[in-house]
Amino acid sequence: MTSIKKAIFLFAVLFIVTGLVYPMTVTLVSGLLFPDQAHGSLIVDNDNRIIGSTLIGQNFTAPQYFQSRPSASGYDATASGGSNLGPTNAVLLESIANRKIELQKVGVTGSIPSDLVTASGSGLDPHISLESALIQVPVVAKARNLPEEKLKSLVLAESVDSPFTGAYVNVLSLNRALNEMNQSSK
Amino acid sequence: MVTEDLTVKGLMLILFLVVVTGVALPLSSFFVRVFSGELSRGIPGRIEKTIYRFIETNSDTENSWKGYARDMLIFNGIGFVILFALLLLQGFLPFNPEKFGSFDLFTAINTATSFVTNTNWQVYSGETTASYLTQMAGFTVQNFLSSATGICIAIAVMRGITRHSTDKIGNFWVDMTRCTLYILLPIAFIFALILTSQGVIQNLDPYVQANGYGSTGQQTIAMGPVASQEAIKELGTNGGGFFNANSAHPYENPTPLTNLIEIFLILIIPAAMPLVFGKMTGKIRQGWMIYSVMLLLFLLGFCTLYAAELAGNPLLKELNVSGISMEGKEVRFGLLGSSLFATSTTATSCGAVNTMHDSLTPLGGLVTMFMILLGEVAFGGVGSGFYTMIGFIVLSVFIAGLMIGRTPEYLGKKIEILEMRAAVITVLVPGILVLLFSGIALVLPNVTELMKNPGPHGLSELIYAFASMANNNGSAFAGFDASKPFYTLTGSLAMLIGRFVPAVAMLAMAGSLAQKKKVPPSSGTLPTDSVTFSIWTILVILIIGALTFFPLFAMGPIAEHLSMVGGI
Repeated sequence: MTSIKKAIFLFAVLFIVTGLVYPMTVTLVSGLLFPDQAHGSLIVDNDNRIIGSTLIGQNFTAPQYFQSRPSASGYDATASGGSNLGPTNAVLLESIANRKIELQKVGVTGSIPSDLVTASGSGLDPHISLESALIQVPVVAKARNLPEEKLKSLVLAESVDSPFTGAYVNVLSLNRALNEMNQSSK
Repeated sequence: MVTEDLTVKGLMLILFLVVVTGVALPLSSFFVRVFSGELSRGIPGRIEKTIYRFIETNSDTENSWKGYARDMLIFNGIGFVILFALLLLQGFLPFNPEKFGSFDLFTAINTATSFVTNTNWQVYSGETTASYLTQMAGFTVQNFLSSATGICIAIAVMRGITRHSTDKIGNFWVDMTRCTLYILLPIAFIFALILTSQGVIQNLDPYVQANGYGSTGQQTIAMGPVASQEAIKELGTNGGGFFNANSAHPYENPTPLTNLIEIFLILIIPAAMPLVFGKMTGKIRQGWMIYSVMLLLFLLGFCTLYAAELAGNPLLKELNVSGISMEGKEVRFGLLGSSLFATSTTATSCGAVNTMHDSLTPLGGLVTMFMILLGEVAFGGVGSGFYTMIGFIVLSVFIAGLMIGRTPEYLGKKIEILEMRAAVITVLVPGILVLLFSGIALVLPNVTELMKNPGPHGLSELIYAFASMANNNGSAFAGFDASKPFYTLTGSLAMLIGRFVPAVAMLAMAGSLAQKKKVPPSSGTLPTDSVTFSIWTILVILIIGALTFFPLFAMGPIAEHLSMVGGI
């Protein structure tokens, strides 16, 4: 048997094992063990409609919601990616300055945490840093006519920490908790 | 994010490296058992034998280096043809719920070359171009087979150094089968499930239409069999993302923990390789010496990158924006998780990214480029990192021998003209490709239009593109538009030459070393497991890298850094 024939046969065997059996088995087993995660950690509302995914960020812009980070893809979850703008690029600095002005317009004051005015790598970052959430508290409190203290404790309750990062918050979860709090306080 | 507690982060890093080392050690014993055939008994042995009967080989027949190299090249050639065909026929094949059309010719050539050479440079965007069949039967298959190829070559090189008075360095079919079935497949399977448990998706569903929450509006969410590919993509230091955003995408890398697991997977086989070598040669210290050289280069890169990012972008501070620059970074990874990933992916030949390297600070970006251009030896690609490192060691032995008047020999084998040729080819070919192709690209008209960023950063983007392809890394300063035929074709050439020329050269070295008699150590022998020799090797690696590329670094990232801090 020539090497070419050997190569074709061995490739065929390994192709079936690694390209079909392996991914199909992982799909099957993970679908049984972790059905929710395997299908995208989707969130369904009371009417059984899909709201989105806990892992995929959404573009909140209305003042009664906490805002997500800027996104190079406008939170299009079929077009992930970052801006790829370099650190000295005037376009980057200009858009950061503009985003800052937009935030100040709605009433955010003080030094602004970097993550709130820079685009993420995925364009789908579901999180903001705790500081970025806290700095938005007065704006959201005003729009919802809620006491700032109450909002602040909600943000702190929603924030998570890891030894690798500072504390951060899932924006979609925070905004859902916010609506729930609003409803229960009515 | 505002303040980094460096003590905690330092402890985390040390703990992480201890875990990597702690797992690499037993894994290296496992490697030795797999490739010596010790594991091929019982049921796995019978499965193996069936495969060997099918392809008419058996584990006792071994080949010379020429036979080994020929089989390796033919096998990879078949892989190329199949993947190329899958890409061109994608539009007619099943598991394509989003009805993607076929790849165009140039993209298909580039992509097939890229995955066969373990580069995984991507000129396409996964979620809008590649069907589930392409991802599974095309990319996932090559993720396994290209990384197994690298490991097999490294093992053959180890045999060449260990054996004497023979021309046999192994049976490629047997090594390939064992590596895939015993090492890559089980580890990938387990970690694919672990990743899914943490939120990495794994399904064949059509893209999900979500309504959004509050006022955010409709959102179409891309789906797919991600976890099975993610696990082998990191384990095999392949790096081709299922999605365009690669490991920055929350479905590929959802939490700080998955991030850590993925970095672990990137490093674990490359870190085990020198220890495998120590065990195979019976010179454990020699293995640890190579390990420590790799570790020190890795730490050097990591610390520089981390410090550069921690210092941040002064231009943002002028805008009264606080904290490090988060452009291109994800909140959930933090600075440590982003820097560690960026270093690991470029110090190996992985090329997956969880941070957009194009948006790193100039010095941070310089580190990623430098780690690639050193030849990816700071643990390195699976297999390829090890054999490139052997190339550097042979070179170090030779230069040291010349300087202090010792006979150049390594582990009892005389280093002669053929070994030196192979070492020089291995060490210099990728660098020559980078300089040559970047040089040609720079004199072509309109090259600046392909660059996303103006000035020195644009030059960095171009150099990074060829550095990444010639060294089979696959990460990018992704603002650069490399989709034009000139780049897809020269890039394919760079990937092919950068992969297979050093591979064949090192197999030739293995063949030559295997035939030599062992020379007993004498007073004229330079000890290669000493601290002095380790430092010497690091210097040789750094000097070759710096001499070759310093002019480019000066005009790219260093110029940008100076303009950033000086406000020019």
